Amino acid sequence: MTMQNFVGQWLDIGPVDQISPGNARTLPVRGGEEIAIFRTLGNQFYALVNKCPHKQGPLSQGIVHGAVVTCPLHNWNISLETGKAMGSDEGCVPTIPIKVDAGRLFLLREAAIPAAAKAA
Amino acid sequence: MEFQREARSAVAEDVSFAPSDDGREHLVVVGNGMAGCRAVEELLARDAGRYRITIFGAEPHVNYNRIMLSPVLAGEKRFEDIIINPREWYDDNGIELIAGDPVVAIDRAAKTVTSKAGRCVLYDKLLIATGSDPFIIPVPGKDLPGVISFRDMKDVETMLQAAEAGKMNGGGNAVVIGGGLLGLEAAHGLTLRDMKVTVIHLMPTLMERQLDEAAGWLLKTALEARGQIILTGADTAEIYGDGKVEGVRLKDGRDIPASLVVMAVGIRPSVALARAAGLEVNRGIKVDDHMVTSDPDVLAVGECVEHDGNVYGLVAPLWDMCRSLADGLTDRHSGYRGSVTSTKLKVAGLDVFSAGDFSGGDGCEDIVLRDASRGIYKRVVVKEDRIVGAVLYGDTADGGWYFDLLKKGEHVGDIRDLLIFGQAFASGGGALDPKAAVAALSDDAEICGCNGVSKGQVVACIEAGSCSLDAVRATCKASASCGSCTGLVENLLALTLGGDVQTGPKTLCKCTSFTHDDVRREIVVQTMRSIPEVMQKLHWTTPDGCASCRPALNYYLLCALPGDYVDDQRSRFVNERMHANIQKDGTYSVVPRMWGGLTNPRELRAIADVVEKYNAPMVKVTGGQRLDIFGIRKEDLPAVWADLNAAGMVSGHAYGKSLRTVKTCVGSEWCRFGTQDSTGLGVKIERMTWGSWMPHKFKIAVSGCPRNCAEATIKDFGVVCVDSGYELQVGGNGGIHVRATDLLCKVATEQEALDYCAAFIQLYREEARYLERTAPWIERVGVDYVKQRIVEDDAGREALRTRFLHSQSFSQEDSWAERAVGAHAELHQHLAEIRPLETIA
Repeated sequence: MTMQNFVGQWLDIGPVDQISPGNARTLPVRGGEEIAIFRTLGNQFYALVNKCPHKQGPLSQGIVHGAVVTCPLHNWNISLETGKAMGSDEGCVPTIPIKVDAGRLFLLREAAIPAAAKAA
Repeated sequence: MEFQREARSAVAEDVSFAPSDDGREHLVVVGNGMAGCRAVEELLARDAGRYRITIFGAEPHVNYNRIMLSPVLAGEKRFEDIIINPREWYDDNGIELIAGDPVVAIDRAAKTVTSKAGRCVLYDKLLIATGSDPFIIPVPGKDLPGVISFRDMKDVETMLQAAEAGKMNGGGNAVVIGGGLLGLEAAHGLTLRDMKVTVIHLMPTLMERQLDEAAGWLLKTALEARGQIILTGADTAEIYGDGKVEGVRLKDGRDIPASLVVMAVGIRPSVALARAAGLEVNRGIKVDDHMVTSDPDVLAVGECVEHDGNVYGLVAPLWDMCRSLADGLTDRHSGYRGSVTSTKLKVAGLDVFSAGDFSGGDGCEDIVLRDASRGIYKRVVVKEDRIVGAVLYGDTADGGWYFDLLKKGEHVGDIRDLLIFGQAFASGGGALDPKAAVAALSDDAEICGCNGVSKGQVVACIEAGSCSLDAVRATCKASASCGSCTGLVENLLALTLGGDVQTGPKTLCKCTSFTHDDVRREIVVQTMRSIPEVMQKLHWTTPDGCASCRPALNYYLLCALPGDYVDDQRSRFVNERMHANIQKDGTYSVVPRMWGGLTNPRELRAIADVVEKYNAPMVKVTGGQRLDIFGIRKEDLPAVWADLNAAGMVSGHAYGKSLRTVKTCVGSEWCRFGTQDSTGLGVKIERMTWGSWMPHKFKIAVSGCPRNCAEATIKDFGVVCVDSGYELQVGGNGGIHVRATDLLCKVATEQEALDYCAAFIQLYREEARYLERTAPWIERVGVDYVKQRIVEDDAGREALRTRFLHSQSFSQEDSWAERAVGAHAELHQHLAEIRPLETIA
């Protein structure tokens, strides 16, 4: 998903073709939560903290369908757009604003690095 | 060529470029293309005499419609046909056209522009409309003669010359790099010009910005039927040739000869001139709502600009921008607020439409209609009762209507059920309830097109006692083929029976109305070859399935097309994708194969070394007579496998819906009770069966005597050795519901035990539903059926065994070995790592 209305610093995390459609990759954050970057089969990009709200399963390893990822541990379906558990399950994982610009991916710095946001 | 004559006459060589003193402000336009001229047209329409106007163009032509270059290439139009503003338009409006002489510098302090030929012109207002430049991928050979883009008339001319030269040699080869809109149009034109065209596309889906996976697959299939070779997921390594282009080499080593290479991978806003002039430039030249740049006397419009963070590469937004610009220049303050874009195009007679956001997401509902027989796919994305996106393939008649509803943000809740059928149906007759619409149909209205069943016949069949969808399908055949009339039949059931509708057998998942058995049968009958094809032909209601159906379809296709079907890793559950078992902390456990439970010092040393080297916190002996190494991080898996491979070990598939282990006892070689060499037979069985994918996990055991130390009677396939031969046991399970095996039969030789095992596994592979273990499968079909197929039918057994061994000839490659040398490295490596800078206190 391209969100362009956030004001703030954007972190360049590399070219879009590092993630093929229907897959996800991870981005450890020193002093913070690991982030999972998803690319759907419809070629939208999303960034979520890589932890299922249920039992902290690595969402990056789940099957991506539509704008949903199914957690590999207990099959919770998590909306990539909002981070919320779908269906009758309840819980939410933080999302990080991500944008595509000139073939590269950018994360909103203050959302990716909570510690840095506090210091600033 | 005709347009060259036009070109010469278009260069105004005799005009004076001294500033005019007729009192009017001088507007200089840099760019004689669609945006620049349209802006001037809009301005003239508002206040014709207000500005004196000069237009500079880099190309030696009057303004033509760049979008129509494709029909020119295809031979459907001539250059004259695509001219937007002929010479007379410039003359009649007193516009100076300086064509074929690009502006090379802007001096904002002096308010002048300088052209390549040295003309220097003063301006009061400057409009930059430089459009965009084709993006050239930086590969070796990109500058060879014969490598071009598809941007202007000169490129078209080069393509026509290459096609002409190819004809002399019995047909030339062309490669188009880029399977987007532009690339496919180039490919289509070149195909019509008798060139053999190969399209190389980096992404797995054609036109992935405009189309979803399903529509992209339909497009690819149709283009292939028209003779183009479409290589998706193909990455160009180099363009080679001696003095001129001779071919393209891909990163996977494939080599495609070509006398012409068209690069159509994308465009970039042309901003060099603006940047050199010190204007604020990001991706494009930054403009406000009236297209004014950071300099109030300099405006910019078209593909070269960035408005509110967005750049556009389509025509419709340009028109919106030009209106706002002209309003601003004539002191009418409307302001541009960005554009919602739609794409409607025809490639080789194929209609494609997309608009808005079709990425799905929270609160979004997909309404999908697939009509396999007519090659139609429609998808409308609805959020909070409003259309937010649409993708149409094959029938784009309602594209404009959906786009209109989308732009206006109209409430579609009332017509939601009929929306997908299009405007005529949804707005016609006032019959807004689908049940009412079906009730209003006459008795002879056709319900099922495939089997020619009318409404009257369906109703009669329901009244005669068919009270479920399945019963209707079985009796009058309505909805028994493609399934696209399932909704209609369900409505008829509800109308006829009221609340007495019986729900049929469980469907494969919520994405389809078909059962596992229906889907498997149709995959084979219709020889389907990919997941998108199954979803299209069987009318999936979601664009790309779900976590239940994707793995099932992947297995069914793999089973139906051994050696042919390319496994879709994205449809694999994590363990099968990572070739290890995910644990609750996100690390993995690794189980190397130990044939029949046998091991040796070399293997044990290698395992011990791995445990120490990667700090594995635990090693455990498994129930399947192997060793499980816990706590391995996904990044370390390839290195762990390399070490285990080096000691001769392969994947144990402890993670797969596949053959797991063959558990054995020591048998007659050591045991005083042993009747046969159970260990040796176990090893032989494991050598034969390892690597095979199954509907669910599959466990085997061989016990050397009826004491059954290997617990063969709770396995999917068990052998219990006796003095006179081998008892073959099937359908056991030691899980939640413990089930002892059924005796299949008794055989006399090891070879027979192996043959029956292969045949049984293949029957299970071909007929059980995905995620159905042998125990529930046998309870469902009955052990007598299995005996009839395996024991009583010698020819059938042999055919099953042969099919299993054929399938095995493709599956017995160690999945660890290819990962250990770097395949799919992206699945294991982090994208990057964020290390925040230390904040200074």
